[in-house]
Amino acid sequence: MSEPIDQNLKSELQKQGIWVTSMQELYNWGRKNSIWPLQFGLACCAIEMIATAASRYDLARFGGEVFRPSPRQADLMIVAGTVTKKMAPQIVRLYNQMPDPKYVISMGACAISGGPFKQGYNVLKGIDRYIPVDVYIPGCPPRPEALLHAFMELQRKIDEQKLTGANKAPHLQADRPSEFPVPAFGAHDLEPPANPDLFHPPVSERLSG
Amino acid sequence: MAPSPYFFLVIFLGVALVFPVLPLVLAWMWRRFFQPPKPGAAKNATYECGIESLGEAQIQFHSQFYLYAIIFLIFDVESIFLIPFAVAFTGLPFGAFVAILVFLLLLLEGLVWAWSKGCLTWAK
Repeated sequence: MSEPIDQNLKSELQKQGIWVTSMQELYNWGRKNSIWPLQFGLACCAIEMIATAASRYDLARFGGEVFRPSPRQADLMIVAGTVTKKMAPQIVRLYNQMPDPKYVISMGACAISGGPFKQGYNVLKGIDRYIPVDVYIPGCPPRPEALLHAFMELQRKIDEQKLTGANKAPHLQADRPSEFPVPAFGAHDLEPPANPDLFHPPVSERLSG
Repeated sequence: MAPSPYFFLVIFLGVALVFPVLPLVLAWMWRRFFQPPKPGAAKNATYECGIESLGEAQIQFHSQFYLYAIIFLIFDVESIFLIPFAVAFTGLPFGAFVAILVFLLLLLEGLVWAWSKGCLTWAK
C-alpha cells in the first residue's frame, strides 16, 4: 500500500517547521500512547507486572500506567501468569467483554504454553488456545524490562495498523469476530480443548537420523 | 448602566452546564461516528469479574434475619454510643444519663431475648 504522503516532501516540510500528518498516523499515535491494561494478575508474573507499573520501571513513560479494574475501559489484557483450567473461561469472558480495539500480551512461559506446569492436569497449555495473542514474552517470570519491550512491540504493531484498505486493522473489519467462544468445564478437560478457528500451532518436523 | 453584581453567577451557571455536557456530547459523537460497532452477548452482559451473573440483583432478605439485626445493634451500634458516653460521663446532665440508661435497658432486653432464643450458643 502506497503512503498517502510523500516521505521526502514530509521531511522537507518538517525542516521548514510545517508538520504534516494523516488521520491514520494521528489515530495510531493517540492510541499507542494511551494503552490502558486490564488490572488483573494470575500468578508470579503479576509481581513483575506490578514492578513494571511502579516507579522503578515506570510503565507510565509509555502511557500504560492506567490499569483499569473493568474490562469496559481496558485496551490491553496482560495475561500475567499461569492460566489454570478453572480460570480459563473467566479470562476468555473478560476478553470478550473488552471493547474493540483490544490487544493481548501473553506474559511468561505459563501463559504461552503452560510453562513448568505444562504436564499438570489443571493448567491450560497456553492462552492462545482461546484468544488471539499479539505479543508473547518468554521468561519465568520475564523481567520488567521484558514487559516494557513487549509493550513497545505492541506500540509498534498499533502504529502499523491501517484505517482503510483491504488489510485494515482487525477491529475495523466487520467480519472479524470480537468475541470468542468461552470454554466449558468438561468431565476431564475444558470443552473444547482449543478453539480450532484460532489455534494453529506450528507443526515441527522431527529430523530423522 | 453597570451590569448587575449577580451577573457573574449567570456566567458560572452557563460554564457549569457547558463544562460537563460538552465532553459528553463529544464522546457521544465520537462513539457515533468512529466506534467499531461490534456488540456481542458477552460484551453487553453484566460485568462480574468474568463470572456469569446469576439471578436477580433485587433480592429481599427474609424476616428471619431479625435476630442478626438485634445482635448487630447490641454488639456493634451500642459500642458507638457507649464510648462517647463514657468519655463525657462526668459532665453529663441528669436527663442525658437517664436517656442513655433507657437506651441500654432496651438493648439489654434485646440481649436477654436473643439469649433465650439460643442465639449465643455456638452451633456444633
